[in-house]
Amino acid sequence: MLSSGHEVSVLDEDPLSHERLDSGMPTTWEDAGGRFTIGQAIERDALVEAGIEQADVFIASTDGDNTNLTIAQIARGMFEVPNILVRVMDPARAEWYEAQGLQTICPTRYAISMFEERLARIGAPS
Amino acid sequence: MYAIVVGGGKVGLNLARELLNKGSEVTLIEQRRDRYTAIEAELEYVAQYGDGTELWVLERAGIQRADLLVAVTGDDEDNLLVCQIAREKYLVDRIIARVNNPRNKQYFDLLGIQPSVSATDLILRLIEHEVPQYGTVHLLDLPGEKLEIIEMEVVPGAPAAGSAVQDIAMPEGTLVISVLREGGGFVPKADTVIEPGDEVLVCLDPGLEDEVTPLFTG
Repeated sequence: MLSSGHEVSVLDEDPLSHERLDSGMPTTWEDAGGRFTIGQAIERDALVEAGIEQADVFIASTDGDNTNLTIAQIARGMFEVPNILVRVMDPARAEWYEAQGLQTICPTRYAISMFEERLARIGAPS
Repeated sequence: MYAIVVGGGKVGLNLARELLNKGSEVTLIEQRRDRYTAIEAELEYVAQYGDGTELWVLERAGIQRADLLVAVTGDDEDNLLVCQIAREKYLVDRIIARVNNPRNKQYFDLLGIQPSVSATDLILRLIEHEVPQYGTVHLLDLPGEKLEIIEMEVVPGAPAAGSAVQDIAMPEGTLVISVLREGGGFVPKADTVIEPGDEVLVCLDPGLEDEVTPLFTG
């Protein structure tokens, strides 16, 4: 997203994630224009420090479905971020929250359809 | 009554026991295998194994016919989500959420998950009750009913000290509902005289606290 010209701020509780962003890049994450805040996404102060009040888009993609669904609703209800994307691994919860007006992305569903596609190409008997 | 309890830690297990003792039908959902096994040994079919934030687990527990859902896991996001799904997807009448970190209470309020119970808050209120120099104590907030109950110790020289209840200039929407004096409590009548050192309970519409407090605390 940074390389396609957006201003990007990352919030993560693990400082190691910052090193991961730097690795393989010609410059550091900050020199490339990125922002990084160490903190928990459920903490109001951390969200504010990461710049949620100025954000046009909020992406909730921690490794916990319930954390993502909670912080996405905080971003919507408390900070009124105009666009919100939420990663939800569980297809059932992804579908229900999608129906409640959250834009959910379900990697599990994509993985399943990719497997199905490959299987069809192999021509496995159904 | 059919109650589903999500989270089989100390709070959840004891809650399930109490509800069973009171004659309710209960299902207790626990996602840790070791905990589930221990609970199952004691409560048998009442225990169900699974992640209570998954829809199929809730459906297997019969959430469609539950009268009450209590979410008491150690994870606030889980408690919030379970309650939200129970109320909005399965239309469970009554939900109660545990708040582990009091700073997360604002999110439960934001998403309309009420009532939410925080042990820290309860203990803090007990401390305030035991240590009167905190002044006014908020005993109960009923935002749904738009009522509050506060407790105050009457300070000598305050307008109410030495006055009959009917002569205190109570604002509209407030009422003295109880007086605690010398270890006992009673409901005051219009001619009851409030004495310094009394503890009074006042029921009021929200927002009137600042008007009422000076009458009793000077």
